Amino acid sequence: METLEQIKARAEAAVPGAKLEIVVNASPSAQHSLLVDNAHAAAVARFLRDDGQLRLDYASNVSGVDWLDTVVKQTVKSKRLIDGVEKEIEETLEIKKPGYLEAVYHLYSTPLKHGPVILRLRTENRTDQARVPSLTPVWRGAEFQEREIFDLFGIVFDGHPDLRRILMWDGFQDHPMRKDYVEPDDYEYEPTPHDAVLERAKPHYAAEAKA
Amino acid sequence: MSSTTVEPNSVAPGPTQVAPQADGTGVPSYSLAPKVTAAGAVEGELLEVSMGPQHPSTHGVFRMDVVLDGERVVKLKPVFGYLHRNHEKIGENTTYLASMPYTDRLDYFCSMTNNWAYALAVEKLAGLQVPERAEYLRVILAELTRLQNHASLGGFLLQDMGAMGTPLMYAFREREKILDLFESLSGARMMCNYMRFGGCRCDLPPGWVEQAKKVVNDFPGFLDEFETLLNENEILMARTQGVGLLPRALAISASVTGPMLRASGVNYDLRKVDKYGIYDRFDFRVPLGEHGDVYDRYMIRILEMRESLKILQQALRDLPEGSIIDPKAKLRGFRPKLGEAYGRIEAPKGELGFYLISDGSPNPYRYRVRAPSFINLTILEDMCLGHIVADAVIILGSVDIVLGEVDR
Repeated sequence: METLEQIKARAEAAVPGAKLEIVVNASPSAQHSLLVDNAHAAAVARFLRDDGQLRLDYASNVSGVDWLDTVVKQTVKSKRLIDGVEKEIEETLEIKKPGYLEAVYHLYSTPLKHGPVILRLRTENRTDQARVPSLTPVWRGAEFQEREIFDLFGIVFDGHPDLRRILMWDGFQDHPMRKDYVEPDDYEYEPTPHDAVLERAKPHYAAEAKA
Repeated sequence: MSSTTVEPNSVAPGPTQVAPQADGTGVPSYSLAPKVTAAGAVEGELLEVSMGPQHPSTHGVFRMDVVLDGERVVKLKPVFGYLHRNHEKIGENTTYLASMPYTDRLDYFCSMTNNWAYALAVEKLAGLQVPERAEYLRVILAELTRLQNHASLGGFLLQDMGAMGTPLMYAFREREKILDLFESLSGARMMCNYMRFGGCRCDLPPGWVEQAKKVVNDFPGFLDEFETLLNENEILMARTQGVGLLPRALAISASVTGPMLRASGVNYDLRKVDKYGIYDRFDFRVPLGEHGDVYDRYMIRILEMRESLKILQQALRDLPEGSIIDPKAKLRGFRPKLGEAYGRIEAPKGELGFYLISDGSPNPYRYRVRAPSFINLTILEDMCLGHIVADAVIILGSVDIVLGEVDR
């Protein structure tokens, strides 16, 4: 199979305007991936599926990943004139990196038996713009997996034919696979609560006693 | 559950059902409105039935929302999640090693292959080597798992068709012999928790290989009997041939894997494609179906059992001595470096994969299970459209689902 750089170059040539980026994987598995911009994701996906040398017709695995907002502390040294004397000052800047959600597609080819080519789609943020285009029109096998990601991570897949919750029940509000999900402490009583669980259970006991 | 309701008096034009696109990529769409003849008369009402969750044909707690026109299925939506415990979240909150026994509970028929898939993903993530003896043991146990899974599936499928008990009990009798082997090796019949990243947990007890050889040598006798009784059985053929067709293009597009995919004629077996472990050392063939119907899916599993027996004969013959775990594999306090890995194996039900992301801590940052029977359900509706309810039951049976894995 071609290297990821070659695939990237050919995909960018085939889909004008597509911005692809190689995400390096440092682990011994060396499974690097291609980050694709949302506007051209469907076109790039169709190219990967239909191209004669790639023929990635099988989307094996679709996973959601949650990357939280991070604060990166950076120390910057700068020279400034203070009272006419040039001094070197160290400043610690806190740079907020907004978090995002990711949909990761592992693609293989059944006729050519190669793979995986890994495709990543990223949402703009984790709150109001948690949207990526659906690739179910390209690979039908993504249908249930994208529904699962919508259910558990809260990514909205634009263009998905039937985007509903799949594992949690319909009335459920939150997205439990998100890293900042806090599970409600009142839905189930511990039979013998102790330590931290007891502390969490106490308010509910009080409410019950009053009633 | 569905927000759409059938208004008995409403008359809407158009067909009740739109067939999937020829290239196999379209998702079927419907109208719940009653069928209307050319003269404008309403032909009949559609009936919405909830099959399950407490129904013996659903192989667990599983529900199908079916819309029927008479006895024909015009819409079918699988509903599941009753056994959902967020396995992936639990996996992210425990250490790498602590997830190993929990993988047993995914597909509780095939704990050995679940262990292997997880171990393989971690080995890719951390770059561990597996000693040769452990590789042989893994192959032996995975193929024994395949035998007992396919044998029981044959029994369950016949049970769905109304052959109550007998074929299933025959299959379970053989399965029990294999589970005895698992028990004497790992201490548990079904929740084996046997493999570790970098190898296996313990070596074979004395006399195990002889016992395994006896099971393997006796198994063809059972298969001969099973096939004589069933393969050309008139009822089996009438109920399964031409039922639940899955076209080749749709099977690939919908990420169907395992015996389901090969029954549709696609030559894609990970033991041949990825050659993970030491599968390149064994001589075996990949059976392929021709029509992609329920009968083909049944026959593929019978033929795969024959091939598994071939692999077992070779592996038991060649099993080398040596250590069973990589000395570099550190099970406790295990912290892989930053990175990610996707490892997959050919489990009896299809491609079982684990996708792990490490952030350098003792717990995986992301722990994802690519469950074959969950994804194989994607096209359940496409296969059932136009068939009667009783056929929907056997089509579901031929998918071979286990709810522990579907719901996770």
